Amino acid sequence: MDLELIITIFPKLLGATLITLKLLFASLFFGLILGLFFAILRLNKNKLISSFAYGYSYLFRGTPLLVQIFIIYFGLGQIEYLRTTFLWVILKEPYWCAIIAFSLNTGAYTSEILRSAFETIKPGIIEAGRSLGLNKVFIFTKIQIPIAIKQSLPAYGNEIILMLKGTSLASTVTLMDITGVAKFIISTTFRPVEVFIIAGSIYLFITFLVHNLIKYLEKKYSYNN
Amino acid sequence: MDLISFGDNGWGDELFVAALMTIAVAIAAMLIGFLFALIFTPLKLSKYKILNLIANSYTTVVRGVPELLVIYLFFFGGSGAIMYVAQIFGYYDYIEINAFITGATSIGIISGAYSTEVFRGAIQSIDKGQFEACHVLGLKKYIYFFKVIMPQMLRLAIPNLSNVWQITLKDTSLISVTGLVEIMRQSYIAAGSTRDPLFFYSFAALLYLILTFLSMKLINRLEKNYSRGY
Repeated sequence: MDLELIITIFPKLLGATLITLKLLFASLFFGLILGLFFAILRLNKNKLISSFAYGYSYLFRGTPLLVQIFIIYFGLGQIEYLRTTFLWVILKEPYWCAIIAFSLNTGAYTSEILRSAFETIKPGIIEAGRSLGLNKVFIFTKIQIPIAIKQSLPAYGNEIILMLKGTSLASTVTLMDITGVAKFIISTTFRPVEVFIIAGSIYLFITFLVHNLIKYLEKKYSYNN
Repeated sequence: MDLISFGDNGWGDELFVAALMTIAVAIAAMLIGFLFALIFTPLKLSKYKILNLIANSYTTVVRGVPELLVIYLFFFGGSGAIMYVAQIFGYYDYIEINAFITGATSIGIISGAYSTEVFRGAIQSIDKGQFEACHVLGLKKYIYFFKVIMPQMLRLAIPNLSNVWQITLKDTSLISVTGLVEIMRQSYIAAGSTRDPLFFYSFAALLYLILTFLSMKLINRLEKNYSRGY
């Protein structure tokens, strides 16, 4: 164990934490929107619409995240037409490609979590709302969504942690997040154990924070106390 | 279509071999994971706090740290660690571990952490009476575990193990960073030499979808077999 090395690499890895967190928050934000959108499509009575949403979630859950990033980062640039549109401004940046891939991926998992949360809501609760004369939008935003949030919190907490680990793949498209910096330091100093301990601790610390945040929210949203 | 034809002109045969490699790594990793689960599940269920702590730190650390970081640790640190041990026994030559073993071990350790949690959950949800009945009947430990607890545990564990398998199968794509020629690495090579990344990475995605689909079908059968009588 080389303490001096640990002291010199710690600030570098801590600096890279900012990029990891940025990637995490951006993809969770867009992923949540996508997830909610596709969960609503999934519950649609129209077979075509619901199977489209199912196809989306099956596609992104059945393939590795690495393939998805590579298709978006290396693959889409190959389409000549895309290079002429304004989209190219976004797609030529590895940062945005990573966020797009992560958002689509976490969106697929989130849509499954939200769908099962919506499905567990007892029909009686919705009927009660309807018999009180509340309109559809009101029932959805004030009754269904709060219950669904409470139902899906534990599973969504897991998804946040999975996504945190997923952001490490950004290092494969040249981004210097924690894992990217860690790999760079390992390949220049050949001290994998020390670097692993520091980088791993940072990830574990974030995991720990997320875990406690979810626990707190679960307590807050449970109506027993 | 020429691109994936078999033979010298296409990448079909290379990708087929790569897909077999992915399956081989995934199965090896899963088995290594079971080995780890076999060690750590009893520790988790043990009444000694210190053993619980050891098992809990294993599952917490492995499930909280990115897979890629674990792979880098083994890729860059694996041969160093083995050489260190070998030096104690008086062997001073350079030892290089092959990419398959590095990959399967690192993914195996990850999948082992998930399997441990699955087995722990399954054993804990077996009715207490079953354990007590074995005790009362005075069954030998071996029969007690393999004939009574194991079949019941497997029935409960298989649905969750199928999730672990899916995770493991997808994690094998990360081994491509170590240079092992599995689906992802082969697609990278093909994309590089044909300058057609969109096609080859989409094809790789299709191969993974086929693999996950087929394994789902197989596991469903297994599940039916183990839940006979329920």
